[in-house]
Amino acid sequence: MTRAPLHLPDPTLLLAALLAEGIRVIGPAPVQGAIAYEPLDRPEDLPKGLSDSQSPGHYRLAETAPGRWFDYVVGPQSWKKWLFPARQKLWSAERTADGFELGQPDEPWPRTAFFGVRPCEIAAMEIQDRVFDNGSFTDPGYARRRAGTLIVSVNCARAAETCFCASTATGPRAEAGYDLALTELATGTGLLLEIGSDEGARIAATLALAPATPAQIAEAKATSAATARAQTRAMPEAIAGTLKANPEHPQWEDVAARCLGCANCTLACPTCFCTDVEDVTDLSGDHAERWRSWDSCFSIDFTYVHGGAVRRSGKSRYRQWMTHKLSAWHDQFGSSGCTGCGRCIAWCPVGIDIVAEAHALSAPDPSLPAPAPHEEA
Amino acid sequence: MAAPLPTPDPMLPRRYRVTRAKGEIAGTATVELAPIDGAPMTFSPGQFNMLYAFGVGEIPVSISGDPARPGQLTHTTRDVGLVSKAIVGLKEGDMLGIRGPFGSAWPIEAAAGRHALFIAGGLGLAPLRPAIYHVLNNRADYAGLTLVYGARSPDELLYAEEISTWKSRLDTEVEVTVDHARPGWTGRVGVVTTALPHALAGTDPATIEAFICGPEIMMRFTLQALEAAGVSSDHCWVSMERNMKCALGFCGHCQFGGDFICKDGPVFRHDTVAARLGLKEL
Repeated sequence: MTRAPLHLPDPTLLLAALLAEGIRVIGPAPVQGAIAYEPLDRPEDLPKGLSDSQSPGHYRLAETAPGRWFDYVVGPQSWKKWLFPARQKLWSAERTADGFELGQPDEPWPRTAFFGVRPCEIAAMEIQDRVFDNGSFTDPGYARRRAGTLIVSVNCARAAETCFCASTATGPRAEAGYDLALTELATGTGLLLEIGSDEGARIAATLALAPATPAQIAEAKATSAATARAQTRAMPEAIAGTLKANPEHPQWEDVAARCLGCANCTLACPTCFCTDVEDVTDLSGDHAERWRSWDSCFSIDFTYVHGGAVRRSGKSRYRQWMTHKLSAWHDQFGSSGCTGCGRCIAWCPVGIDIVAEAHALSAPDPSLPAPAPHEEA
Repeated sequence: MAAPLPTPDPMLPRRYRVTRAKGEIAGTATVELAPIDGAPMTFSPGQFNMLYAFGVGEIPVSISGDPARPGQLTHTTRDVGLVSKAIVGLKEGDMLGIRGPFGSAWPIEAAAGRHALFIAGGLGLAPLRPAIYHVLNNRADYAGLTLVYGARSPDELLYAEEISTWKSRLDTEVEVTVDHARPGWTGRVGVVTTALPHALAGTDPATIEAFICGPEIMMRFTLQALEAAGVSSDHCWVSMERNMKCALGFCGHCQFGGDFICKDGPVFRHDTVAARLGLKEL
């Protein structure tokens, strides 16, 4: 099947084709003033004419040209809400005459398409793939959901002020990791549709689309390049080594004085994966369940061992989150845990900016003696 | 074509039955367990299991039995919380859920030919005992066997009878010390490090492979003392403890810098964690 890019006049045609196949489509939906990822039951459910305004501690949906489909970027939720649910029953147990019996819930996962996945979000899924299949253990529920999901991505034609994916090499254009990829062209002139898999090619073929013209292909590339250039934030390239070498940098105290420890950043982050488990019983005491729910390294109970928590200070908890995300993650999973999506910046109630903190931590620690001037041999 | 076998879910416990329950020091008990179905669990010394008490919860507990007798899965637990209280209260015939074995092991077979030095503080003796059994079972393979064991008081000495048996062996050195004595105690008084010089006397430090388990502060000072005595840090092994919810590297709770204590540890070679051990609240 051909993999040549096609011209898609209107994204709802593709949405309709997916729905016609009985695929559950989950995509962007304005919910309570923000873009969320919810089931789209009809082609006309895809929002149009929306953009957003984001900065540290700030997110507002905004209107854009009425003909634009994808000018907003990422909202507070990420696809992990679906692949790695915030609260999940792992198993249940029933008391028997001589002990107990264990059972696992059926987890139906109908054939699903994620519609409107941004390049930084593809990167986030690939990062979580390595978390939940870590070489020693596999989370079978995550693996089943991931394998049963088609990815229809959208290359960003606009960057928010909080975006820095160009510096983390996770956007604004996806080169892989999708079944189908869209790039919105000039308003009213449709979208470029790129094919990333056989299943994507099969679905695209049902639409009987015209091939994209060289001008359209060039325009899509130029759009992605312009989006990258528009980004004002950049994560320092050497940040992994910098953080590892500076566990006692005074900036940790500075950021800890502002951080509320609210865990918003870890909940909004598309790669944060920490969980807690809760064992519950009913009133009879004969029926028990284990639930897994998202947890955060900002909670003081997170490191509790008999005798008390290991990370008692806000400084140590902020240091853990940021050093893990940007440095230790490389040791654990072979990449950074940051995709440059900017969610932790926009959704921090006090506007802490991970990029600004990374730059501050990259400055020499003033409490240490300055490096000796280079001496002539 | 046969359907592929479903992937076993590492989050689902296996059921075991208590075949023997024995009280140890106050608030502490040892249980022996056999699986309800399937083969006995084979494990390596230093590994741990996640023990689930019905309706209460799950905790990590080191395996404290003899690796040569996998049919007798053994755990020693102290009652410090809701789950451990339920486990300490188990009686013969009770059922327990178990996931495991998890984690890295004491490299005790690789230490053949060397002088095995075990240094334990308090309940830290439990995760060392499987390795001690291995050396005792294969004593001729090792140049020496020394146990240095410290506890807060004589009443807090775990496996006291067994330690006397080991002490009576001519091929085993045992030094026991307590932080605080009581009337009638004729043994050594002082923290573990004070017993080290006597235990090490006459042993070439270059032949020593040290295995250390106890509270983190005890391990830090013991490692300093070993270094001062000339034992190289790449021949010292420690077992670390952190909060754990899954033991699979999924829950994130046990991170220690770039390592997950649950799957990269709990046993680490000292030189690979030395810098991190010096950092507060890591």
